[in-house]
Amino acid sequence: MKIMVCIKQVPHQDARLDVNGAGTWIQEENIKFEINPYDQNALEAALQLKDKEAGTEVVVVSIGPERVTQSLRTALGMGADRAVHVKDGAADGSDSLGTAKILAAVAKAESPDLIFAGFMSDDGNLAATGPMLATLLGIPHTTTAVSFQKNGAIQVERELEGGALEVVELNTPCLVTTQTGMNQVRYASLKGIMAAKKKPIDVKTVADLGLAGQVGADAAKIKIEKLYTPPKGQGAEILSGSVDEVVGKLVGKIKELGLL
Amino acid sequence: MPFRAPDYYAIEELLTDEERQVRDTTRRFVDEEFMPRIVESYRAGTFPNELIPRIAELGLFGPTLPEEYGCAGVSSVAYGLICQELERGDSGLRSFASVQSSLVMYPIWAFGSDEHKKSWLPRLAKGEAIGCFGLTEPDFGSNPSGMRTTARRADGGFVLDGVKRWITNGNLADVAVVWARLEDQIHGFLVETDRPGFTAEEMHGKLSLRASVTSELFLENVWIPAENHLPGSGRMKAPLSCLSNARYGISWGALGAAMSCYDTALEYAKGRVMFSRPIAGYQLVQRKLVEMITEITKGQLLALRLGRLKDAGKVRPEQISMAKMNNVSKALAIAREARDILGGNGIMDEYPIMRHMVNLETVNTYEGTEDVHRLIIGKDITGFDAFGA
Repeated sequence: MKIMVCIKQVPHQDARLDVNGAGTWIQEENIKFEINPYDQNALEAALQLKDKEAGTEVVVVSIGPERVTQSLRTALGMGADRAVHVKDGAADGSDSLGTAKILAAVAKAESPDLIFAGFMSDDGNLAATGPMLATLLGIPHTTTAVSFQKNGAIQVERELEGGALEVVELNTPCLVTTQTGMNQVRYASLKGIMAAKKKPIDVKTVADLGLAGQVGADAAKIKIEKLYTPPKGQGAEILSGSVDEVVGKLVGKIKELGLL
Repeated sequence: MPFRAPDYYAIEELLTDEERQVRDTTRRFVDEEFMPRIVESYRAGTFPNELIPRIAELGLFGPTLPEEYGCAGVSSVAYGLICQELERGDSGLRSFASVQSSLVMYPIWAFGSDEHKKSWLPRLAKGEAIGCFGLTEPDFGSNPSGMRTTARRADGGFVLDGVKRWITNGNLADVAVVWARLEDQIHGFLVETDRPGFTAEEMHGKLSLRASVTSELFLENVWIPAENHLPGSGRMKAPLSCLSNARYGISWGALGAAMSCYDTALEYAKGRVMFSRPIAGYQLVQRKLVEMITEITKGQLLALRLGRLKDAGKVRPEQISMAKMNNVSKALAIAREARDILGGNGIMDEYPIMRHMVNLETVNTYEGTEDVHRLIIGKDITGFDAFGA
């Protein structure tokens, strides 16, 4: 079986985020990046399947500048077999559809039996790429998987509102997006890290994939107009005083606003 | 608050992908698996033995040794980063790994026979066997060449007699690398700890490095077969080269402890309000924090350059002495300043500072005291030997 895992490199959860000069994205200089946490669970799900089924190949795919190599190496260190890196300035500024088009072109060349992707990315929070990719490929998909089983067909438990779980079954080839916490993500062991140095990373351009002019900022249907930190203090009032005073004031406010 | 590693000079950019990954794996292990256990271990005065298989599984024992012995073969800089992250957790954790890697696996690899390497290194890498290093004696610390432990030839092997003290992991060990005088030269021997006449006694009453087992080893007429002699040993240079490796790791490790103290003090100072504003807004506190980050940055550059020299095979022991002396001494000063910034909270084990501070008292003394390293460098630059007689 061949499994493709789509990973996105996002700013590290502990990174200090500042808006860039143009006010359209964050300042990316000198901050640490990591594999999108949702994608880490996607990768772990693929690796668990590889542990169970001999002969399974796990291919990780990512789009982005040179720094993305670090995340791909980490994925290879954790146990993925090889990587595809779409490294091309022409892909910059792609919206979800553009990203899905690039991934679809890679998937067509790879013909995986199963595609895993994180449910959404930590930076964009759109949750759109996975379903778009499945649609472009014409294969079934499901989202927010919290558990996964393969007994012939694919069985997925997915998380719904209000704590409900839904069980769905899909035939391969199919695509599954993963929720965080669905599994315990493994560490890259030192031996894995060293072995990863010898595993191949296939670098591709947008033109290699036959997508020149179809992706990137110019083709995007969604553009970020403005990114900003909301001004502080609006609509918030900080109560001060002793505990008794603060509680008294808070109760007064609640009554005053008619919230009870 | 998650730990934020100080990197004022973008030293991250000077590391290879592989070094960053090794650091990240170790960091995650320390955060997720070690930190939840350390306070209890420290109070109880024990090492969390249940973590030994995990440490081994990640490849943190003997990480620089070659793959053929079950090791990962990472660079010295990667090894330094491992030590940094382990000691950010606790000096006892780093000590455990230092002893296994630099003082047991390294001498077996450097001075042992092929048979020694094949039989011991894979088991030590897997944590199935634990080792200790017997060099220091009750009366011979800074001058190990004066040791009294002897080996004599008997019954087709050797008989060892003597006492070793301050031996990390002595009570946990399956094998001890024991250094003894044989025909007036210092030789290394592998002593299985179940041999008749070998006993280890744990030393109690330590107020520092409590999450680490420290022992005294007694060798009374311990017979070992001839093949347990390390064939590459026979001069004082052999045990000293093990110490050079361990000291190198310590120079990075101390930075980890210092980073933990700095990060804790910085976050605390930004949140602790006194006289109507956070204490981080006062000049005296800022001065302390600035001195801390400056010394950490200098120490990082020292350790990294030392590691690159080591990887290039160009490092001299005197250069290692400088980094060990400086980085541990500065880390200790940083821990004390951090304790001061936290006020009364600084003495509580809810915060890591006091633990690091008292640990660093040991680290400043073992593997060559601060003053001994000063004299090693002094002799190197002046040509005059200022040691003793």
